[in-house]
Amino acid sequence: MNFSIHSRAFACAAAIAAAGFASAAGAQEVNLYTTREPGLIQPLLDAFTKDTKIKVNAVFIKDGLAQRVKAEGANSPADVLMTVDIGNLIDTVDQDVTQAVSSEALSSAVPAHLRDANGHWYALSLRARLVYASKERVKEAAITYEDLADPKWKGKICIRSGQHPYNTALVAAFLVRYGEAKTEEWLKGIKANLARKPAGGDREVARDILGGICDIGVANSYYVGLMRSGKGGDEQKKWGEAINVLLPTFQGGGTHVNISGASVAKNAPNKANATKLLEYLVSNEAQSLYAQANYEYPARSGARNDPIIEALGSLKSDTTDLRAIAKARKQASVLIDKAGFDN
Amino acid sequence: MQAIRSLARTARTSDGYGWTMAALLIAAVVMSPVTALIVIAFEDSGDLWPHLAAYVLPFALQQTAALLLGVGLLTFMIGAGTAWLVTACKFPGRSFFDWALLLPLAVPTYIVAFAYLDVLHPLGPIQTAIRALLGITDVRGFSLPDVRSLPGCILLLSFVLYPYVYLPARALFLMQSASVLEVARTLGASGARTFFRVALPLARPAIVVGATLAMLEALNDIGASEFLGVRTLTVSIYATWLNRSSLPGAAQIALFMLAAVVLLVLAERWARRNQRYSGGTRKSHPPSPLQLSGISAFGAFVACLLPLLAGFVIPAAHLAHEAWVRIAQFGLSPNLILEARNSVLFAAAATAVTLMLGTVLAYAVRLDRTGTAISATRIASLGYAIPGTVLAVGLLTPLAAFDNFADSVSRQLFGIGTGLLISGSGAALVLAYVIRFLTISTGGIEAGFAKISHNLDAAARNLGETKFGTVRRVHLPLLGPALGAAAILVFVDCMKELPATLLLRPFGFETLSTHIYAEASRGTYEDGAVAALLIVLAGLVPVILLARMSRPLMVLSGRTGGSAG
Repeated sequence: MNFSIHSRAFACAAAIAAAGFASAAGAQEVNLYTTREPGLIQPLLDAFTKDTKIKVNAVFIKDGLAQRVKAEGANSPADVLMTVDIGNLIDTVDQDVTQAVSSEALSSAVPAHLRDANGHWYALSLRARLVYASKERVKEAAITYEDLADPKWKGKICIRSGQHPYNTALVAAFLVRYGEAKTEEWLKGIKANLARKPAGGDREVARDILGGICDIGVANSYYVGLMRSGKGGDEQKKWGEAINVLLPTFQGGGTHVNISGASVAKNAPNKANATKLLEYLVSNEAQSLYAQANYEYPARSGARNDPIIEALGSLKSDTTDLRAIAKARKQASVLIDKAGFDN
Repeated sequence: MQAIRSLARTARTSDGYGWTMAALLIAAVVMSPVTALIVIAFEDSGDLWPHLAAYVLPFALQQTAALLLGVGLLTFMIGAGTAWLVTACKFPGRSFFDWALLLPLAVPTYIVAFAYLDVLHPLGPIQTAIRALLGITDVRGFSLPDVRSLPGCILLLSFVLYPYVYLPARALFLMQSASVLEVARTLGASGARTFFRVALPLARPAIVVGATLAMLEALNDIGASEFLGVRTLTVSIYATWLNRSSLPGAAQIALFMLAAVVLLVLAERWARRNQRYSGGTRKSHPPSPLQLSGISAFGAFVACLLPLLAGFVIPAAHLAHEAWVRIAQFGLSPNLILEARNSVLFAAAATAVTLMLGTVLAYAVRLDRTGTAISATRIASLGYAIPGTVLAVGLLTPLAAFDNFADSVSRQLFGIGTGLLISGSGAALVLAYVIRFLTISTGGIEAGFAKISHNLDAAARNLGETKFGTVRRVHLPLLGPALGAAAILVFVDCMKELPATLLLRPFGFETLSTHIYAEASRGTYEDGAVAALLIVLAGLVPVILLARMSRPLMVLSGRTGGSAG
């Protein structure tokens, strides 16, 4: 490795940086920080650019999105922040990196319980926390979340880490409903029923069911679409077809639903474009694109589900307030530790 | 006479003073994210610690300790064992294994984890084949233990991390003077006894450094732990930060972990404080390898083949297969070439800076008489002991503070803001890589310096060279192989790095590893197979270079003729 290569590398790095600045200084554009994988939302962003001629610069960040925007401060290029999970969404508000925006288009598209009263965040899509059950080995056609702790499932349940936001939110919803003691007992009950360590992702629940490791498992709704559509390849199609998808409910309640959503950043340099992007994302067109691309339930009432998701049956969402769930998630996380759920 | 000597000493110390100052400056840069973490840690974390002490730490500490012990022991056994076989014994395939054993270095830990999840799954090729062989049709009729477990994690990580031990151990074994080993044999020690009583203790410092690197990689890993369900302290840091929105709490755990690592490293140094490892100044001929035959030759062959299969051939073959299936079904992502270029460019830039700083540190240590530069260098190697994301978060604060300061100054002076000069550009990423991997280059270069006689320095200085000139015209040429080895290790590590890359990279900038992660976080990590394969391939080139290069190193370090190979 010689020095001319190094200096060329530097020059290139500098050029990349410079290009970044140049584009950040351009006129019609909007900068998006997202914890959603770019592949999922790219078709939407492309459609937006086509409609409005506003260019979208997206950066995919997983952990630390709010910290990054906060540290960047007044010079932050971020216009729109997109995150998954109500807890993460409200966290961006608590970190003081969002600002309130409101418009007729936004408030008429997104139902009141799916947005912040002051306009700090808006839900874009919904995902339900479902139960996958082996077609071969499970006869039950309905199940409640409470049932998951029933000893009859001993050694038969697969689930990802309890400390994953999807599970923490479910536990938080349980907590809001039943209080601490009963939640801990429930967690210990599920823990005792696990067929393997809580690990990996939701799709592995389906794979492990086909692989005979477990009979039922907890996972998100859209993975059913991703697997069964064949978008994840032929193998995953087999996983998706090995399972019956049950829409579990709380006893006397509905199915736990979480959201993905977006906010306008506090120091957004392109605030007007940011609002336009939000408005586009909740438009009828974008909402059905969203539903088709990622098999999520649209946030806009009246927008259509993808047929694969439609076939799962009609979703009756749990009515527990999302804000209450977000608030309870810290305690839920503590209880998950306490129950030794992931150990 | 006395006056001249004292004047000379003043000149010497003031000359070395510049190098010490440079070392201190580098240490300060490395410490900046740590300092930021300390500041963050002082914020209120509520009643975190009673909870941690009661419900998290007992288990997490036990898991972490078991993981580290397991990985430390296994990488040591595999790394030092195979290194001894290829240097001290002659058996079929030895010259191939000599370089091929380094290949697992190119496979990131998170990739080996998901590859084996596929390979060893009941639906995967191995169990399917076993069932077919046994004539079992029911998938539940036969099953291997689940790889999602602590032992599974230890095994998988060790298979890809043992080269960190293999590399320095092999170099050391090659350099050990034959006379020492021959004396042992003449005195009647068996091959094994020579290894355990003479060669191994002599190689201890290098092997310990290698095993430490492997263990810190395992400690900071988050991807493989997530796939395999292992609850290390690092996982607790993430849970505290992300699920309880307590960055102060996460910073506290990270610093606690950092302190534990520092204590362990110090303890090991203390344990061998009275030992000296230098051989004679005059190198003798290399040890003549022991010719193995029959069952022992076969045993050596298998012992070298297994880690290579497990750490490289199986995961790489699986990736190649998955990549093939994906390409056939979905075609190639057009972004891959750009992503590969980004990965290589940033890794190369970071490698160059890391090497430069590493050389400065190592030379400052060589000149150091007061211990200041040595302390600075130890501090500058702390970056490796902090999990990537935590390091990145720690880096965000000082960088953005600097950027915003520069921006406001520039606005006042010139009326134009500079924006986010560092944190908004790739510079932040390069800095993060440098901080994280500095210890690798410093360690390697220090070891290289140790082999250059101080007499050479004195000769050069007597002939009128400055210190800088000595480094440039005497040391650097001699350090070539050590620099090359360090460069390649750093480069490969930068290519593999994920968490800091994810948080610090600028707009529209993807690398191969962020590509894989984007796919993996959608739960379709097989879709990342092509990118994963590219990382492995890109890592492969330098690893093979390294293997070719580390032979001449031995020649350059004073040995001539009678090549061991």
